[in-house]
Amino acid sequence: MARMSLNVNGRDVSADVPDATLLVELLREHLDLRGVHVGCDTSQCGACSVLVDGRSVKSCTMFAGEADGSSVTTIEGLADGAELHPMQQAFRECHALQCGFCTPGMVLSAIDLLERQPDPGESEIREWLEGNLCRCTGYHNIVEAVKSCAAAQRS
Amino acid sequence: MSERKFRYVGTRPIRHDGVDKVTGRALYGADFSLPGMLHGAVLRSPHAHARIVSIDTRRAEEMEGVEAVLTGADLPELDARSMPGTDGRISVRDLGHNCIARDRVLYHGHAVAAVAATRLEIAREALGRIDVVYERLEPVLSLERALEPDAPVLHEHLPGRARGLQDAPGNVAGRVAFKQGDLEQGFAEAEVVLEREFSTEMVHQGYIEPHACVARVGEDGQVVLWLTTQGPFIARTYCANVLGIEPGRIKVIPSEIGGGFGGKTTVYQEPLAIELARRAGRPVKMVMSREEVFRATGPTSGTRIQVKLGARRDGRLVAASSRMYYEAGAYPGSPAGPGALAALGSYRIPNFQVEAFDVVLNKPKVNAYRAPGAPMSTFATESLMDDLARELELDPIELRLKNASREGDRAPYGPTYGPIGLVDALEAVRAHPHYRAPLEHGSPDEPLRRGRGVAAGFWFNAGMQSSADVSLHADGSAVVSTGNPDIGGSRASLALMVAEELGIPVERVRPTVSDTDSVGYTDGTGGSRVTFATGLAAIRAAQDVIGQLRERAARIWGVEPDAVGWEEGSAVPLDGAKADCEPLPIAELARQMAATGGPVVGRASLSAPAAGPSFTAHLCDLEVDCDTGRSRVVRYTAVQDAGRAVHPAYVEGQIQGGAAQGIGWALNEEYVYDPSGEMANPGFLDYRMPVASDLPMIDAVIVEVPNPTHPYGVRGVGETPIVVPLAAVANAMRDATGVRFDSLPLSPPRVLEGLERSAGEGV
Repeated sequence: MARMSLNVNGRDVSADVPDATLLVELLREHLDLRGVHVGCDTSQCGACSVLVDGRSVKSCTMFAGEADGSSVTTIEGLADGAELHPMQQAFRECHALQCGFCTPGMVLSAIDLLERQPDPGESEIREWLEGNLCRCTGYHNIVEAVKSCAAAQRS
Repeated sequence: MSERKFRYVGTRPIRHDGVDKVTGRALYGADFSLPGMLHGAVLRSPHAHARIVSIDTRRAEEMEGVEAVLTGADLPELDARSMPGTDGRISVRDLGHNCIARDRVLYHGHAVAAVAATRLEIAREALGRIDVVYERLEPVLSLERALEPDAPVLHEHLPGRARGLQDAPGNVAGRVAFKQGDLEQGFAEAEVVLEREFSTEMVHQGYIEPHACVARVGEDGQVVLWLTTQGPFIARTYCANVLGIEPGRIKVIPSEIGGGFGGKTTVYQEPLAIELARRAGRPVKMVMSREEVFRATGPTSGTRIQVKLGARRDGRLVAASSRMYYEAGAYPGSPAGPGALAALGSYRIPNFQVEAFDVVLNKPKVNAYRAPGAPMSTFATESLMDDLARELELDPIELRLKNASREGDRAPYGPTYGPIGLVDALEAVRAHPHYRAPLEHGSPDEPLRRGRGVAAGFWFNAGMQSSADVSLHADGSAVVSTGNPDIGGSRASLALMVAEELGIPVERVRPTVSDTDSVGYTDGTGGSRVTFATGLAAIRAAQDVIGQLRERAARIWGVEPDAVGWEEGSAVPLDGAKADCEPLPIAELARQMAATGGPVVGRASLSAPAAGPSFTAHLCDLEVDCDTGRSRVVRYTAVQDAGRAVHPAYVEGQIQGGAAQGIGWALNEEYVYDPSGEMANPGFLDYRMPVASDLPMIDAVIVEVPNPTHPYGVRGVGETPIVVPLAAVANAMRDATGVRFDSLPLSPPRVLEGLERSAGEGV
């Protein structure tokens, strides 16, 4: 067992979990953050993406212990009360989702992209999102949403 | 119908489930938990074909934390009758044996035993302590082998074997055939005859959410099943039949669904979860891994399809014949029938004959995948149409327009077409800037080449049974409640239709998906039927509300109901009503409900009329590197007849998503088997679905030819978009390389091999 302390969505959390616990298990099973989705458990689909110290990480590829002392943001921690994060707003308004299962990971990954590159071109967006699978939309409206959010944040 | 002015239908409001989905609040199949809940796991066959000699579960049962263990012997023996409450094509025995094997395992991954334990790790460890002795049998892994006279026979008795199959190879489970005219005469009249054989491989729907459920069984035997499914009522019927209990004893509560595309229209682990829960006396949760989803749920068929087309020099088709073989997987039930029917439905062909076979082999039993069966047969016929256009030196759209089916034509599959949009879709492609944009083919000396391909096709669309309730709240807002989980935006389209009828803003209509105890029987979310058929029920339920509100207004005004009309959300006095009656808006009538007769709930249940087919034409530009074989779609335009686009943005979303799946099918996706029958690529790394950088923007263009069987003209739209990309992509590859590839996927090794072969042949 390992005891760890981290900040999740703005709150300090301590937990005792077995050493082999994955970050996704800690978030979903111990902290009840069910917006962290598991689509493949082999780190291809990206549905479990979260931000660890601001960088997008597939939470199924990281041990919980590796996040000790870090600050983790999941999809549940993005909105400020009733006010959605601009990326959440953009996904909603651009119809950038159908079933919604990939959406949390997609939104968080896209936020990380704009942190690094505030004005990405279409091919940059597409290459950045390679690690997040969507089977419903053909990515068309997801690319539109990221572009729209980037434009809104620059103005 | 065409004169109706719509106020809400045709607008693009944000989906009602949007906030929950962008904030992580939406609850999917794996997100439910109950107090005292156990975790289930399934032991799966390590062999593609084997006899089960014995199963010993004692060492697993002895483990601390194991609360129930189950094998096929613990479930009722099932006969081969077709299932009550279904259309009769599904055998209870096949369904039950696919959920858990009895005496034989028929594919690698076939369920053999199941365990429920206090923790998932314990359940998984217990699986390793179940001792199974297998006697391995030769696996049948290809259609070629399955059809050989000395091939192992998977089933001694195939109830689906139609008359005329007595002499067919033993793994042929069914045959569909239809014809018209005189084939011999037709080909004799032809001036050009082309013939070719095509093949496609098994592919998976690839929904990102794995199958998941929680089952609870009360002491009274009542079952509650929380489930991610396209069909809560289907799941209820199937589980009840497999377990030998009455469907009414099961309540299915559908969760939010993380994609289905046809793949969540049957049951796999659900009956096991219920039986484990019954035995343990505690709720049981079961969640598949991605590997289990690939190995043990239903992909769609691999196929071998021979097509022959005969035409006059002016391009008119005079004869066509086709022979098709569809892999069913371990139990009968491939989409050979709809595949055969879809093959030639786009064109007027006076003489034709189509024959399709359903063939069992040692792979997972296939399940529906978006327009089941049609993409493969359309790939074959539309590839050959492309060759025909080249042979006749005709523009590929011109050739299709010369032969296109139109209103009044008799469809090859029987009915006479009403208004259909094939000509409109083809004309729209021809008028699109993409079609006229110049294309740099690239020099034959350079590795990078570009090509352009076109293809057309359609899907039938389904009607079937639906129910809807519309309840009015005292604040003047309404809820529309149906039994269809929302996989593509149907909540928004249903709310739009109810808003249109009631005359209130769509934001004032809340759509909800009910459980099987709370709404009338409703067939599954499939067949592109929800906006069409359940939409029809929602419209009628809203009209029922209006009828009741007119009576309330009559009561308030002291007139006969006949003297009350309904306009733009208000009761209005008609001739004969008192002159001093001011219109009563729905909000006012709702406020007075308690005093005027109590709650107002509109209801409708129906068997929908025949749905109108949706036709489409796609245009694809592809770039291929002839040194590596790698190709990429660089521009894509998809035109489709939606009848009436209730929510155009979500129609476009269906078109884009279906096109993307079709492009993946054409270029990369396939089940790869090793010689023992084990799938070699059961994960998203090696089963290569399109990622964002594989695709261009997809220009979705809607044309509207209203469907007369729906009051607004709606046609189903969800499945049609996957029907034609396989051919559009392959035709673009032909244009780019000069080589006709007749086997999908067009993965880099296959492309290189094809290029080398054609170079060797001096083509």
